[in-house]
Amino acid sequence: MTTDTVYQPKTKTGRIADFVDQRTGASGMVKEFGRKIFPDHWSFMFGEVALYTFVILLISGTFLTLFFDPSMAHTTYDGSYNPLKGIGMSVAYHTSLDISFDVRGGLFMRQVHHWSALLFVASVSVHMLRVFFTGAFRKPRELNWVVGSTLLVLAMAAGFTGYSLPDDLLSGNGLRIIDGIIKAIPVVGTYISAFLFGGEFPGTAIIGRLYMLHIMLVPALILLMVAVHLFMVVVHKHTQWSGPGRTEENVVGFPVGPVYAAKAGGFFFIVFGVVAAISAFFTINPIWNYGPYDPSPVSAGTQPDWYIGWADGALRLMPGQLWDFSFDWIIPFPWGDNLLAMGVLVPAVVLVALLGGMFVWPWVERWITKDDREHHLLDRPRNAPFRTAVGVAGVVFYCVLWAAASSDLIATHFHVALNDVTYWLRALFFLGPILGFIIARRIALALQRKDRDIVLHGREAGIIEMSPEGAFTERHEQVDEYKLYKLTAFESPEVLPAQADRAGHVTRSEKLRGSVSKFFFEDRVAPVTKSELEEARSHHGHHAVEGHDDKELEQ
Amino acid sequence: MGDHSHGSPQESGTVAKAQDDSLDKIQDPGLPPHRARLTDTDPRAAKRAERQVAILFAISMIGTVLFFVGYFAVGHPESIAEIRLQNMLLGSGTAFAMLGIGVGIVHWARTLMPDHEIAESRHEVRTEEGRQEAEEIVNTIVDESGISRRPLIRNSLIGALALAPLPGIVILRDLDLTKASASEIVDRLRHTMWDKGVRLTRDPSGTPIKASDVQIGSAFHVIPDGLNETEDPLNEKAKAVVLLMRLNPEDLNVSPEREDWHHDGIVAYSKICTHVGCPVALYEQHTHHLLCPCHQSTFDLTQECEVIFGPAAHALPQLPITVDADGFLVAQSDFHEPVGPGYWERP
Repeated sequence: MTTDTVYQPKTKTGRIADFVDQRTGASGMVKEFGRKIFPDHWSFMFGEVALYTFVILLISGTFLTLFFDPSMAHTTYDGSYNPLKGIGMSVAYHTSLDISFDVRGGLFMRQVHHWSALLFVASVSVHMLRVFFTGAFRKPRELNWVVGSTLLVLAMAAGFTGYSLPDDLLSGNGLRIIDGIIKAIPVVGTYISAFLFGGEFPGTAIIGRLYMLHIMLVPALILLMVAVHLFMVVVHKHTQWSGPGRTEENVVGFPVGPVYAAKAGGFFFIVFGVVAAISAFFTINPIWNYGPYDPSPVSAGTQPDWYIGWADGALRLMPGQLWDFSFDWIIPFPWGDNLLAMGVLVPAVVLVALLGGMFVWPWVERWITKDDREHHLLDRPRNAPFRTAVGVAGVVFYCVLWAAASSDLIATHFHVALNDVTYWLRALFFLGPILGFIIARRIALALQRKDRDIVLHGREAGIIEMSPEGAFTERHEQVDEYKLYKLTAFESPEVLPAQADRAGHVTRSEKLRGSVSKFFFEDRVAPVTKSELEEARSHHGHHAVEGHDDKELEQ
Repeated sequence: MGDHSHGSPQESGTVAKAQDDSLDKIQDPGLPPHRARLTDTDPRAAKRAERQVAILFAISMIGTVLFFVGYFAVGHPESIAEIRLQNMLLGSGTAFAMLGIGVGIVHWARTLMPDHEIAESRHEVRTEEGRQEAEEIVNTIVDESGISRRPLIRNSLIGALALAPLPGIVILRDLDLTKASASEIVDRLRHTMWDKGVRLTRDPSGTPIKASDVQIGSAFHVIPDGLNETEDPLNEKAKAVVLLMRLNPEDLNVSPEREDWHHDGIVAYSKICTHVGCPVALYEQHTHHLLCPCHQSTFDLTQECEVIFGPAAHALPQLPITVDADGFLVAQSDFHEPVGPGYWERP
């Protein structure tokens, strides 16, 4: 590196920049990022919300660690909340109460922390739905989808470990359920439970261990994954919606400096402000109402935080016994009998399968379509009916489990029998995703046909005209060329039948792929072509606009 | 349409058709013309927007002041009402402080910063040459190390690397702080504090229960006598809590081997759900059902707490009880099977 340069900075900014650049080479970064283009769309905000709520979690969480003591040692409450005075409890619960009642702003920080945790998992989830339904996970972004899925799992882990820390009645019962699930794991479950709790449940070790996971290991992993995630966003550049002027080869949007930075930076303060407002007016997790953990009592109508609900719901839906058949399977081995607690294992497998399906979907879709091209333009959900239908099926499945976590509240709220709610949800567990798939696909196809109709016959102008013969018709206006392009610029994959390999064999998996492809794409709607449009327009010259033949919409 | 990333004909000649009839596609008209905003054309509107941004920033400052009012003027709160007030002031102060800045900046960007959309071209994530070079470098590294030519080194290294992490796993053995052996870890799940002659006492006071105090239809939450004096009361309680109820003896269907486990219609069952361990805290008196509020497992008291609904897969264990000489309820023995959720070694 030479310090002997021709460049002589003239402004003060220039001199500082020159100083930094000669020591760090940061001008390359400024060149790379200063005017980097980011496409703008409201649906791209969810990932930002996730990032910002995570920052808020770090800020508020750091404050909480200054006052929280994760010890399970026994103590007697002597703080300023009268109803609990003189009650025996753990130090962890005591300090949680102190944060709420004896540290000014402590309750506010607890509320901010809990609300932004709920919002964090929510925004990660909605962000992933956006990415899924628009096909933003396709090549070259499959690995970033995996990183994002990992982040969702980590977010749930961070949430659960944090939920357990105050050592109140509710969180203690949550841990007890976890203990029950762990014990169901074949062969090693009993030992894992003993190792995790440092002996028998509840022991005196678990809160300290979860604390370490919650404030160090899990957030460090999240930070690492966020860094990888954002790095890959820079490498790939952001996806964009297709539209006039937007192609697979360009990115259209605003430069980082100043517009995007201002909008994104300002948005952080907005997210923080909204979280603060919610925390000011809506109580979350009032641990002082629950009392310290005690293995004997539990309150009715208890609910986990929303993102654990689907797991809790899966546990509730699984029948432990069907008539006389018990799902506690006794397996006879030469050394004696062992037990498979299928009533707990089956729901666990269902959850893992749903998460696993999320991780591998990009490769499943690639396998079906054999599409090896890069995609930087997003699909409107209606233009990928097969993917939209699969996504809706997944969402319905998740929501059935989620609803099941509130089966008792549904029963008491709507005055129906708890058992009936469970039976209905068990039926929906199987039928819901199928119905969701069919309905979503039909809606997507119908919307695509509507788009074709708008392109070919124009939009309804809302003007009713009376012809000299006395007939009433609505005038249709042709849409402008930009709208026209937006409605026709999409790909509609065709059925790709099973192909023979080089040796001339059609493998079994290829046959399966062919039939899945047929199932997904046989109903496809193709975008309007130029000749079709010209044909339709000349056709309009001769006939009334209404009363077109529906058959011409079928491809 | 991303044609530069098409695979070679050999490896993916069957990619989905990229709309081969691209000539018949409706033409891309290019970016729509930029529409000027009011603030672009009218200096007065721009000035107005500038003032609005400044007002929003001023609101933020007021919000910060509001925070201090909540913090200092309320001081250390002495009642729930004061805590609520302070939380509201701190929260709304922060909310205004943040929203003022955030909305102000976004308003500034939307009205006064340029809103021309700019197009930038994408670069390929990788180049063929780059990948080839990388491959060659890796090959050279592998070649120079000689790892593929000297299998003795390679295999012994694999062996060493496979063994080396094992201490890292073994060292976690003492995560169980009780120094229990493997068989003790399994065995202790079978035992609770209950034993012959241990009195049933009320939870949490620990006062013993006379059989005559237990009315038909009543239910007691029960802990073993002396629980609160043990070293780890919570650990013992997590296994030993019991529900005590009295039914009309004719309502009970008692199996022959449990003939003498109840005392005149008074029965005691483990309170720990056999599903995943929540306390089965709800007793429905007129149906004689026990319900777990966590996952709604329902047990029929008249049928020795068989599962009649929900995810639990086996009955609640029964504690055999009798009365001692003073008329207090006592256990005849420990439970005859492990309490709580199922586990591998349970049968």
